[in-house]
Amino acid sequence: MTAFSPSSDPSPPSDVLAPPLPQGSEPLVHDAGQEAHPDHRMFGLATFLVADGMTFAGFFAAYLTFRAVNPLPADAIYELELILPTINTVLLVLSSFTFHRAAKELRHDQLGPCRLWLLITAGLGLAFLAGQMVEYFSLPFGLTDNLYASTFYALTGFHGLHVSLGALMILIVWWQARTPGRFTADHHFGVEAAELYWHFVDGIWLVLYGILYLL
Amino acid sequence: MALVLSGLWIGQNVNVLPAAASLNAPIYDQLFKVLFSIGTILFIGIFGLLLFSLIRFRRRDGETGDGVAVEGNLQLEIFWTAIPAVVVLFVGIYSYDIYDRMGGMVPLSDPHAMHGGMVASSDSGTAEGDSAVIQASVLGTPSPTSERIWGGIGSPMAGGATALPVEVTALQFAFLFHYPQGDITSGELHVQKGQPVELRMEARDVIHAFWVPEFRLKQDVIPGQPTVLTFTPIKAGSYPIICAELCGPYHGGMRSTVVVHEPDEFSAWFEKNTTTTVASALSSSSTG
Amino acid sequence: MTIALTPQTSSPPPGLQPEGWLRYLSFSLDHKVIGLQYMVAGFFFYLVGGALAGMIRAELVSPISDFISRETYNEVLTLHGTVMIFLWIVPVVNGAFGNYLIPFYVGARDMAFPRLNAVAFWLIPPAGFLLIASYFIAGAAQSGWTAYPPLSLTTPAAGQVVWILSVLLLGGSSIFGGINFIATILKMRRPGLKMMQLPMYCWAMLGTSILVVLSTPVLAGTLVLLSFDIIAHTGFFNPSLGGNAVVYQHLFWFYSHPAVYIMVLPAFGLVSEILPVHARKPLFGYTTMVYSILGIVFLGLIVWAHHMFTSATPPWMRLFFTIATAFIAVPTGIKFFNWLATLWGGKIALNSAMLFSCAFIVHFVFGGITGVALAQVPFDIHVHDTYFVVGHFHYVVYGGTVFVIFGSIYHWFPKFTGRMLNEDLGRFHFLITFIGFNLCFAPQHWLGLNGMPRRVAEYDPQFTLVNQISSVGALLMALSTLPFLINVLWSAFSGRVAGDNPWKALTPEWLTSSPPPVENWKGEAPLVQHPYGYGIPPGQIDLGAATGRELWSSGQ
Ligand code: HEA
Ligand code: HEA
Ligand code: CUA
Ligand SMILES: [Cu+2]
Repeated sequence: MTAFSPSSDPSPPSDVLAPPLPQGSEPLVHDAGQEAHPDHRMFGLATFLVADGMTFAGFFAAYLTFRAVNPLPADAIYELELILPTINTVLLVLSSFTFHRAAKELRHDQLGPCRLWLLITAGLGLAFLAGQMVEYFSLPFGLTDNLYASTFYALTGFHGLHVSLGALMILIVWWQARTPGRFTADHHFGVEAAELYWHFVDGIWLVLYGILYLL
Repeated sequence: MALVLSGLWIGQNVNVLPAAASLNAPIYDQLFKVLFSIGTILFIGIFGLLLFSLIRFRRRDGETGDGVAVEGNLQLEIFWTAIPAVVVLFVGIYSYDIYDRMGGMVPLSDPHAMHGGMVASSDSGTAEGDSAVIQASVLGTPSPTSERIWGGIGSPMAGGATALPVEVTALQFAFLFHYPQGDITSGELHVQKGQPVELRMEARDVIHAFWVPEFRLKQDVIPGQPTVLTFTPIKAGSYPIICAELCGPYHGGMRSTVVVHEPDEFSAWFEKNTTTTVASALSSSSTG
Repeated sequence: MTIALTPQTSSPPPGLQPEGWLRYLSFSLDHKVIGLQYMVAGFFFYLVGGALAGMIRAELVSPISDFISRETYNEVLTLHGTVMIFLWIVPVVNGAFGNYLIPFYVGARDMAFPRLNAVAFWLIPPAGFLLIASYFIAGAAQSGWTAYPPLSLTTPAAGQVVWILSVLLLGGSSIFGGINFIATILKMRRPGLKMMQLPMYCWAMLGTSILVVLSTPVLAGTLVLLSFDIIAHTGFFNPSLGGNAVVYQHLFWFYSHPAVYIMVLPAFGLVSEILPVHARKPLFGYTTMVYSILGIVFLGLIVWAHHMFTSATPPWMRLFFTIATAFIAVPTGIKFFNWLATLWGGKIALNSAMLFSCAFIVHFVFGGITGVALAQVPFDIHVHDTYFVVGHFHYVVYGGTVFVIFGSIYHWFPKFTGRMLNEDLGRFHFLITFIGFNLCFAPQHWLGLNGMPRRVAEYDPQFTLVNQISSVGALLMALSTLPFLINVLWSAFSGRVAGDNPWKALTPEWLTSSPPPVENWKGEAPLVQHPYGYGIPPGQIDLGAATGRELWSSGQ
């Protein structure tokens, strides 16, 4: 029963896949993450996030090298306003805590408060995205103006994509949590996965904020 | 022992390289001989061992047993960790020395050369108050004095002679050579035996690479990165200049020739082609 | 859930798993099916890549550009490199053998994420066809498999964008596969099985997957930036817009150097499985083998700039990368000496699997030695981007990995199908491949040293003869696929029946029926703590013994 499968069918889809049992063996099921073997999906997700982090690492390395060796044209003096991104940073960090809170409520089987905190988290994420949009439209440079501008948009844009995806994930688990019994105190892969992902996106932002705005 | 000796002998006597026509080429060939000897010894040794095992320990008809159950031997393993480590270390240090003698570590004449490469223009972004200012670097408008010269290779100078400067432009699909001292532009490179040459290279469109096999020299020419390559030809003759970096359909046809003249021949060529101030250019270029 | 239980031993399951051969064409979740899907698809692309190589060698028979146009030549060589690396070697040594063997080796019934596994495979055929189709529709990419800007920004955009797209898909497939392998090896071991008891191939795949997970995403990010440069006219890598072309090279090689170990580490693992079985000896130096794999993984990540010695890199960087690169010879050397020691004193069966594996040792040592020479900056300055490099890497990828793939097919074919391959045809296949290969690629080293650059459709006429020799070698290699194909097709249906364990091997995949049942073992998975426990005094064990399990229990 994968957390993201949209089907509300109560019977796990894996039943369809169960192979015939050779005589004398226990039933085994060909599907990720259910009774057949312990659930390794969190481990898989963590590995994936390492990979994803390497993509960002590549971008950061490129950005830092560009800065170090590629001079900008003489007329390219840009001031990055710090107010908006700083507010955004606060929003995002805050949202990590609210998500943590939501997961805690879930572990205590408090579905109602859990959903509330999830919604708050999603709201913070969307507010971040809105802030990012405002910043984009108020910047004095466009994507292809120069190397710095291109890299700026590539980095923040790629991160923004991650935030959008994360917010979507949160809304999905929030929606799924409506169904009673969908998530229980010790059975809530969807929420857990979204949380790990969200903290990851948050952490990346802190690095990004550091080298893009502060450095 | 016999293996080592035969390896050394092969290394010293096999001749698979083209003629050595620049000052650094014989140095290069020394390295090649060493690498070739070591390589031959290792390869023949391992190949022989393998062949011997395959023949000596092959399963003969009717044999059904297993081999002996040895799972490892610490001494042996230390031994064959140490051997390659020592060989590799030796080769590394030796080739570093060779590289140094070829001029690879020579800081190029320009003060911003080489080491400047990575640290220059670190002032391009400064944090000020609550806003980060990304400033355009002063290096932005290339002024001749502060222009950064990228890697390349400096050559040991022959007897302190001054180098003949040549500006090289690489473009799809040709090399253009310009002699600032005589304002000569040519499709071929003409140089004089024994006199160092300093190529100042720039690419117009895509990456090309300047390669003269007989000089054992190759240097990528990357757009936006002026590069200097110095060498001293020591053998008269004509050698091919080859573009070694894929640069488009006619990459294979992007060739030219370098002609190494005897001194008087070179003066004649230079004189014939010069359009301006012949005398001054000549006096400074034919000291060798 | 109600499923009619037909008491058939190896019938495929109903539902999403279709019957018989059809499941090989479908979204199957069985790791063995996926493994064979990878294998067959990969081999198909090998024929495509080989046909492209044939076009290259045909063009190079004469020193002028006559067989195909210059643009086509560049398209062909770009496709050849891309297809061979991303659609043949990587999917087959990782995907095919990894999927087939790893669950057996860890004592699991499937991979950790079967669905992800199937998705990873099914990314490959569309990506491959997209790439090949680009040749016929818009013209393929022309900038080599390295796609260096600014050239890749100025050649026709459509082909380059399709190239990027398909490499991104293949990279994604590779990452998903890597995650799956890491999870399976670390998390799915049957209780009681320790890491240091795993067959060596597991360690090789663990190392490979770590490289995949750490380096492939960087390539993906880089290619996304490159596509922005092409489509949106940003200037990341475009010097005329203020960008930096060398940064691309760094990022590209940060993936593509580890990629060469992604291509060869699994092959090392496979050889470590094949040699002990056919030499009837334990694998020599298990522990050092494990550490040398980890050493190669670590060093592999920090040597990328040895591909850029002429790209105006600063001297300290060249020095560092020379030393680091050359040091890879140490852990690699340990592995080779261990293999030699494994053979030493064995009872070596000179069958096709063994011959291919030994040829691998010869070729790879040769290619490795030229590699260490290339790592020396002054040497590389002369031969960089020449046929010497082409010779080097075909020795390691073809003479190394492809030979291992063939050897492995001879070794595991009885497992896949329950039938043996024909040995005589196999040795014949080996002989012409071996001769053809060496005839084709050994002379290329001389070409490079003497002044023939790579990626050219026309060359100095003085090299004509040597190029023709090389082309004859390529022709032999092309012909050598015939006996192989005939052998595989014929043996699959009417080869000698193999029995469950024709090699009397001790690794877990042989301790079940051949071909194995859907759940890998009827009953519990065996606990194999000594996968290389060969070496029983003669007479004490009967090679004519019945089942693997019997052999196993008497063996320890
Ligand atoms: C399977 C793929 C594979 C493998 C395993 C290797 C292995 C190695 N490669 Fe190779 N390489 C490629 C595939 C591979 N390479 C490709 C595809 C390219 C070209 C890319 C392109 O430009 O298109 C390339 C190019 C390439 C270059 C760049 C050349 C250039 O463009 O100028 C260099 C330079 O350092 C290099 C070095 C090495 C080294 C040092 C090893 C080492 O790992 C080898 C180590 C092994 C041994 C040394 C043998 C066994 C050891 C012993 C028996 C111990 C004793 C030995 C000694 C003490 C020497 N390779
Ligand atoms: C990774 C694996 C790999 C493999 C297995 C091969 C296999 C071969 N390669 Fe490959 N090669 C590369 C990777 C590989 N190559 C790479 C990465 C490059 C660099 C590209 C670049 O510069 O960007 C390259 C470049 C390259 C060049 C240099 C081109 C140039 O620089 O101008 C040459 C030239 O000889 C060559 C030849 C061959 C040959 C003859 C084979 C042979 O071994 C192939 C043998 C197999 C066959 C011949 C198949 C037989 C089947 C048929 C012929 C039937 C076909 C029929 C149908 C499809 C119906 N290759
Ligand atoms: Cu210019 Cu190749
Ligand atoms: Cu490499």
